[in-house]
Amino acid sequence: MSTKLKGRGSNSNENKSGDALPDRLSMIDPEEVKKELLARYPAKVARKRSKQIMANKIDEEGEVPVMSANVRTIPGIITQRGCCYAGCKGVILGPTRDIVNITHGPIGCGFYSWLTRRNQTKPSSDKDDNFMTYCLSTDMQDKDIVFGGEEKLKTAIQEAYDIFKPKAISIFATCPVGLIGDDVHSVAREMKEKLGINIFGFSCEGYRGVSQSAGHHIANNGIFTHVVGKDDSIKKADYKINLLGEYNIGGDGFEIDRILDNCGISIVSTFSGNSTYDQFANSHTADLNTVMCHRSINYVADMLEIKYGIPWIKINFIGAKSTAKSLRKIATYFENPKLIKKVEEVIKKEMPQIETIRKDVKKRCAGKIAMLFVGGSRAHHYQELFKEIGMKTISAGYEFAHRDDYEGRKVLPDIKIDADSRNIEELAVEKNEKKYIARKTDKEIEKLEEQGLAFKSYNGMMPEMEAEALIIDDVSQYETEMLLKIYKPDIYCAGIKEKYAIQKNGIPMKQLHSYDSGGPYAGFKGAVNFYKEIDRLVNSKVWDYLEAPWQANPELSAKYVWE
Amino acid sequence: MIQKHNYTATQNACKTCTPLGAALAFNGIEKTVPLLHGSQGCSTYMRRYLISHFKEPIDIASSNFSEETAVFGGAANLKLAIENISKQYKPSMIGIASTCLSETIGDDVPMILNEMGSYAGSTALVYVSTPSYTGTHIDGFHHAVRAIVDRFNPVSKKAGYRPKHKQIINLFPGMLSNEDIRHLKEIFNDIKIEAIILPDYSERLEGPSWLEYQAIQEGGTPLRKIKKMRLSTKSLEFGSILGLSVKKGTESAGSLLEKRFGIRCVRMGIPIGVKATDLFFKQIEKITGKPTPEKYQKQKGRLIDSYVDGNKYISQRKAVIYGEEDFVTSLAGFLGEIGIIPVLCASGGKSGFFKQSLKDILSKNIYKQINVREDMDFTQMEEHAKFLKPDFIIGNSKGYKMARSLKVPLVRVGFPIHDRVGGTRILHIGYQGTQRLFDTIINALLHSRQESSKVGYSYM
Repeated sequence: MSTKLKGRGSNSNENKSGDALPDRLSMIDPEEVKKELLARYPAKVARKRSKQIMANKIDEEGEVPVMSANVRTIPGIITQRGCCYAGCKGVILGPTRDIVNITHGPIGCGFYSWLTRRNQTKPSSDKDDNFMTYCLSTDMQDKDIVFGGEEKLKTAIQEAYDIFKPKAISIFATCPVGLIGDDVHSVAREMKEKLGINIFGFSCEGYRGVSQSAGHHIANNGIFTHVVGKDDSIKKADYKINLLGEYNIGGDGFEIDRILDNCGISIVSTFSGNSTYDQFANSHTADLNTVMCHRSINYVADMLEIKYGIPWIKINFIGAKSTAKSLRKIATYFENPKLIKKVEEVIKKEMPQIETIRKDVKKRCAGKIAMLFVGGSRAHHYQELFKEIGMKTISAGYEFAHRDDYEGRKVLPDIKIDADSRNIEELAVEKNEKKYIARKTDKEIEKLEEQGLAFKSYNGMMPEMEAEALIIDDVSQYETEMLLKIYKPDIYCAGIKEKYAIQKNGIPMKQLHSYDSGGPYAGFKGAVNFYKEIDRLVNSKVWDYLEAPWQANPELSAKYVWE
Repeated sequence: MIQKHNYTATQNACKTCTPLGAALAFNGIEKTVPLLHGSQGCSTYMRRYLISHFKEPIDIASSNFSEETAVFGGAANLKLAIENISKQYKPSMIGIASTCLSETIGDDVPMILNEMGSYAGSTALVYVSTPSYTGTHIDGFHHAVRAIVDRFNPVSKKAGYRPKHKQIINLFPGMLSNEDIRHLKEIFNDIKIEAIILPDYSERLEGPSWLEYQAIQEGGTPLRKIKKMRLSTKSLEFGSILGLSVKKGTESAGSLLEKRFGIRCVRMGIPIGVKATDLFFKQIEKITGKPTPEKYQKQKGRLIDSYVDGNKYISQRKAVIYGEEDFVTSLAGFLGEIGIIPVLCASGGKSGFFKQSLKDILSKNIYKQINVREDMDFTQMEEHAKFLKPDFIIGNSKGYKMARSLKVPLVRVGFPIHDRVGGTRILHIGYQGTQRLFDTIINALLHSRQESSKVGYSYM
């Protein structure tokens, strides 16, 4: 460390909730930290990164600083981001159990996305299809690169059909495929005609877009185009919703299902945790779309509204209070006193046990500091859980989110389309005259809005964070390690790639992509699991065995002491 | 008869891609940052994958191709990546491996690096070509090792070559576990002969908690030693497949030093089992003139004694082995030696030498009882295995699904092991490693017998 960190103004250690930060932290000036993080970069790189590292500020109108996001990672900066293929095949289509996925490319891509995410699935019986344990690849060899791999792909599709007899097959293009001119879409069309099942391709070559977010988009567009709306049968149920952007990591979706079921709310489809082909095909028959991960799927919610007339609201099942709030939102929407009463009963039944544990855990965790660098929503959602046990998030950022996830949807019209985003197809969706049913009249919507139910609304992470919190987009491995050195948080949440470097520094680490081996953390039971897990992490005696760098070399921390 | 399906698609591969091996090898060089020239997903996937096995920090940088890069070439990205890595990490070396993307567009990386003078400041740049559509991760590993030796022992150094009297051995162990590498170091330490082990990720990818912040973890073969490899007495290279392919003209790190500097390279299989370990110690005795220390003689004695005691549990049992061809060959040699029939030896690799190397290592009687399958995936393997009815399967974590459906134990060895802890601490080689494998296999068999026995289960 070369620069000495100077103390902030006298007022700035007071944060929004009025609690003072621990002394050592209240004295760290995020602007100085930013300078530190940028110090080793060449000038051009530092300029670019400086727009993605921001001290949070919230003015009287609730405006936050402009955050540069969804911009390409600079070569040589070790990012935590994945690629377009990873987002498309791994994240979105991965959790659907009865579509056979074929990776068209050399073996690596398929291999690395073979059961490496903890998205769980539960077929309703042993007879139901579940192809998730299979990883099919065309395993392209030199000759396929030279002479083209379309024939091999066709044979692979035929084989998959012969072996599995699935409802649908999807094909994922990897980097070389686009370059050698293999057309996965025409192969899909040809084989679809030949075999009579639904077959569709995704142009999700790894170099497209800036992160896995591009892949989410391509995957969701594909599902919307090729599957949604294929089955018009109406499920008999009183309150039918879709759960969008929930991937059932560690069984989150199972817990949400349990709660909704207790309330008498039916899920027509989940995009895409524990999902099936038929759910997607029937999803346009739901009466409300609830959006969990805004980043990965808000555009699907928009398209479902335009084409089929289903309104959408943002919900969040991470945190006990947020879960209760989300249930109330859904009940408000359906305007049925019976449902409103039922939801209140469920909340009343679940809350007491949670409160007992929460209060107990809070005694040991209150005042501790968390940092969250994960996902496109989780860095925001999980702050709720930490708040519930009295912990503060002093720095956070997303891996692959866009500006609207930071600053709120109001910035959508201002987001510049750059070369990378232009390459990701935007579907032009129109009202489907036959299938469109307006679930609510404009008047009804207006009335609900007056009651506080916000449609198509997401305020983003920054307005809900403390002023002076440090927000970092696409944090690099190098920056992560610098942050640990400066802030010495009580817990750092990210993914497996960062995990061991963080623990080597003597700092407890929780994976919030895959939940380590834990979960669920959503819903009521999930909240309890999370409280206990964080309690174990930040208070475990195992950390006493090791000496953190600043304990061994106290002069290191002395350098951050302000005059 | 075994059902034979010739599938076109690979279902559940028993191999992964070439650059992963290169990235791992680069991790075994001191102060080195691996850099993949391609799309960022490659680096992220391989980091993620290696980390799930090693459970240690592993950094792999990327040149982050965009669509334009894919069209116009990656030179600018590569240069920028090198500059950024040098500034952030101050490495002594950046190990650059290509990917299917940069190979498909035909980026001429050696030319780009030449333009830079093969250095970025004081950081040496090493390049290896690893298109993922050619070979498997083990090929990438060997290619990277050769590229490192090549880069620091150029032909131009030949004139200055003067053999020294001090004995130094170059050791190319191939893709072994951390514990294996540590065991090799211990052996050479015990016989008091300096061995330059390349690569050596045993410290870097299994270190203690940090007392000081480390941009790049400590450990790895130092460059100054690699630069002296041309002055060593002999080279020792593990891998019978590698040996056979060198005979056919492939260049390995050992054969490169042999050709360029006349350093004789002794090649042998990975020393698993008594016979193979005997050969290993015999070769060391021959090369160094030093007798095998008593410590190892004793290990051997205990091992053979346990072979006798344990024979009743394992004689004529059947096993399926899978993984890298070299690794499978050596395991098969060991199993054959203790009376287990490796009824199926399978690999995703397809060197063309798999059958030969197994024929070389196994007795005729056992060889005629086995099936050898290269270029094989887990789906085909399972189809074969169902017919062969093995008592257990042995290989990496990826075989778990097969073990589960066959209802037989899986003995976890090799790479990757991501569903158990301690994969990096498994010792496979030497008398001691063989002892541990022997015990583990018997205990796995006893465990399943115990689980399935209705009577007499408490005292097997």
